[in-house]
Amino acid sequence: MFRQASWNEQVIFNLGRKGRRGHLLSEVEEEVKQAVGDAEALIPKNMRRKSAPDLPELSEVEVIRHFIRLSEMNYGVDSGFYPLGSCTMKYNPKINEFLTHSPKLEMLHPYQDETTVQGILEALYKLERWLAELTGMHEVCLQPAAGAHGEFLGTILMRDYFKASGEQARRTEIIVPDSAHGTNPASAAMAGFNVVVVPSDDSGCVNLGALKAAVSERTAGLMLTNPNTLGVFENNIDEIARIIHDAGGLLYYDGANLNPLLCKARPGDMGFDIVHINVHKTFSTPHGGGGPGAGPVGVSDKLAKFLPVPRIVFDGKMYRLDYERPHSIGKIRGFYGNVAVLLRAYAYILSLGVEGLTEVAEVSVLNANYLMRKLEKVKGLTLPYDGDQPRKHECVFSAKPLKSETGVAAVDIAKRLLDYGVHAPTMYFPLIVEEALMIEPTETAEKEEIDRFVDSLRMVCEEARSNPKIVTGAPHNTAVTRLDEVKASHPKTMALSWKMHQKKRQERESG
Amino acid sequence: MTSKRHPYIPNSVDSAKKEMMKAIGINNIQELYTDIPANCQLKKRLELPEHPLSEMKLKRHIETLLSRNKTCEEMPTFLGAGCWPHYVPAAVQEIVQRSELLTAYTPYQPEISQGMLQALFEYQSMICELTGMDAANCSVYDWASALGEAARMASRIKGKPEILVPCIIHPERLATLKVYAEPAGITVKQVTYDSKSGQVDLKDLEAKISEKTAAVYIENPSYLGFIETQVEEISDNAHKHNALFIVGIDPTTLGILKPPGEYGADIVVGEAQPLGNAMSFGGSMLGIFACRDDMSFLRQMPGRIIGLTTTKNGEQQGFCMALQTREQHIRREKATSNICTNEALCAVAAAVYLALLGPEGLRDLGAACMAKANYAMRLLSKVHRVQTPVFNSTHVKEFTVNFDESGLTVKDVNAKLLQRGIHGGKDVSKEFPELGQTALYCVTEIHSKADIERLAEALDGTLGW
Ligand SMILES: Cc1ncc(COP(=O)(O)O)c(C=O)c1O
Repeated sequence: MFRQASWNEQVIFNLGRKGRRGHLLSEVEEEVKQAVGDAEALIPKNMRRKSAPDLPELSEVEVIRHFIRLSEMNYGVDSGFYPLGSCTMKYNPKINEFLTHSPKLEMLHPYQDETTVQGILEALYKLERWLAELTGMHEVCLQPAAGAHGEFLGTILMRDYFKASGEQARRTEIIVPDSAHGTNPASAAMAGFNVVVVPSDDSGCVNLGALKAAVSERTAGLMLTNPNTLGVFENNIDEIARIIHDAGGLLYYDGANLNPLLCKARPGDMGFDIVHINVHKTFSTPHGGGGPGAGPVGVSDKLAKFLPVPRIVFDGKMYRLDYERPHSIGKIRGFYGNVAVLLRAYAYILSLGVEGLTEVAEVSVLNANYLMRKLEKVKGLTLPYDGDQPRKHECVFSAKPLKSETGVAAVDIAKRLLDYGVHAPTMYFPLIVEEALMIEPTETAEKEEIDRFVDSLRMVCEEARSNPKIVTGAPHNTAVTRLDEVKASHPKTMALSWKMHQKKRQERESG
Repeated sequence: MTSKRHPYIPNSVDSAKKEMMKAIGINNIQELYTDIPANCQLKKRLELPEHPLSEMKLKRHIETLLSRNKTCEEMPTFLGAGCWPHYVPAAVQEIVQRSELLTAYTPYQPEISQGMLQALFEYQSMICELTGMDAANCSVYDWASALGEAARMASRIKGKPEILVPCIIHPERLATLKVYAEPAGITVKQVTYDSKSGQVDLKDLEAKISEKTAAVYIENPSYLGFIETQVEEISDNAHKHNALFIVGIDPTTLGILKPPGEYGADIVVGEAQPLGNAMSFGGSMLGIFACRDDMSFLRQMPGRIIGLTTTKNGEQQGFCMALQTREQHIRREKATSNICTNEALCAVAAAVYLALLGPEGLRDLGAACMAKANYAMRLLSKVHRVQTPVFNSTHVKEFTVNFDESGLTVKDVNAKLLQRGIHGGKDVSKEFPELGQTALYCVTEIHSKADIERLAEALDGTLGW
């Protein structure tokens, strides 16, 4: 059975010894020192740091061992199967890592003269064109740092679009389905819109009647994930687009689930006006345990002039950064985007081509449907919403029957799966499925791995009946056993830094 | 035929596909796409490379492309302005390439993700030590978006609609702030500066601050590189008007500069890219976000925060995400922010970097940058027709250089420098027309005395006669 390292590693502040150093800087040249004198003495007295920051003092050896041990207590795609639904945890090609660690990228400053950065500008320019082509959009902006950042940009674009058309005061609402990811309503609200939720119908798709009732002259747009978070393709998409456009609204595509559509169908052709792409999902850039990612935004013709500056332009000879965009919304971050992530996406597209990307989409769908049909036979789990319909890249099961039968909940199943050496599916999302387990194998899972996963899940369901304690007490084989997440957020015990932890401990000890 | 086998797609091998299709009762994968309406199915040929490139060809292609860039290693470069060149120790590279960290998702299952969680907790803790704050999140996208989030947080806490920021601010940061602020009904007002010192004009601050002010924001060092010294006065004035005091920082200076927590900052934002992260043409960046230990603040924080806890059986210490009830997956449209994916791995790099440097190393770093930048200022000020710095304040690692007397524009000067294999500072003449033909230069520990002398000589050769 799987056993994760459990080092019981101290917090770094408890390690080391006074005076140790993990890195020495080059000495400042003697002439410099003599000319300038004590640099710190130049600082006005009231602005000098009086006591050194309480950082740990360790040798390079200790630093490396500490963080290597920590890495051994972490599980990534390279460790094993990671079917975390909605997150598209596919394999991250090694060559792309190698290429982005080139000094020819790492040592570039964003404000260098354009003549000195033609190589990277060309890559970014082409990547924009390719992403526009893959999504069927007119222009793409690479700047957003993540999917949610793309959503923020997208909803700001809506805002400015209606400002320009003189309708801003009236178009105050953005519609989201009840199956939507939490970022959709959160982004709409950040951009100043009121959120209107529409329910899903029996097939898990947007309820058209409810949508018709929800649209009005106040509608700025609809944010839709397609395939949606159940993995179901919104097959009424034409009608949905018509309803929104007839009401004068804009259609926003949450591209978290673009993977199964690569070279098969394009949001632009479905009538979407704004699209974001999660490069760290579909285009296989490593997720880094929570970033950095990239969330490029594609737009239709009429929205292009509002995109953030600068735009990368090409005059046939030179690539340039164009800031002269009078209608631009301005900026949503500094510089041009997470370039090191974007270069990996550029490499990824080249390593597959249309032929390979089509294969990515098709196999991601084949894998998900194969997994789904096998899992359907496992007692205790059900497949809510139209079971005859195929899913696209992921499927969502409910553990409600198992819970009613045994008391073992989705969270327990998820934790017990960790003991089997696989990462758990996404749980309790989408919100419209009770005891949800959202499973996305991606195209990089092999059949044997999927079979093992289904077997593991079957065994967990059997354990729930034969030995429920082993499931509700899981995980047992990870670095730590089940954590008290409530304690982490309780005002009495909450420690969001080592400093806070020490302060609270002292408070407790002194009563 | 096995024409489509691809190394990244195990089931692209025909036999696997066949077995799987048979198991689910289809003959063709296309049958799984029949739910997509025909008019939405792609029929045209996409204008993309058609065939996969082999790894070797891919490597050649990208390396050839990148070889057309000229890097800061290949020419002394004096650019900073929010993305700074600093040495990245090999040990940092080693850790962030560990695939258990690199290829993990956000730690939604904490028991199997303790490594990432602990590393991020340590990052948060070190940021608190640097800034003098109590709590930090595990990152936002960058400094500019951190400022946007901070303005919104201040406005929520205080229930007030204005933020005051200095006129000397990075234009991209200001532009970002405005985009974040406007939909929340927040007005951004700018406070002028003293024309001699560049320091925030306290009179103008006094004139603009009011009962509507949710926060006063300053940067230290300022965008133009000098130390803002009237921090106590600004802090007191903000607090007197029941406004928060937000401070933006460059963490590489905090080994030598007073931490904002010691002069009344309520929220600290900044850019931690220079802590162990390469510049990579301006991304990935690493936004710092820290605040005081006050529940009314913590409940309004944006972003992911890692907390210390124990196992349920109380036997072991562990880490997990804290205060998730602020976040979008629970609060949806009422969340404090929409952020999910952040810059976690860059934060790990920063933690490793700070652990390697330790308190002394951080001080050495700040002192080295300051010594070299001030040395550069001294050399350049001897160049005929060059004036540096524009303001009579103390500069840490960035400073202004004015070329008005030469009759040349910054653009001309930079073009001439480039011909001599040197990259000059950032042209800020459009951003601050009142400062004439001025550039913002950056000198850090990576610049040798020889680099600086080469710059001075080149400028002398360009404008000195
Ligand atoms: C459907 C959906 N939308 C949006 C997002 C947000 O993306 P990111 O984490 O890149 O900000 C996610 C990520 O989990 C998602 O699954």
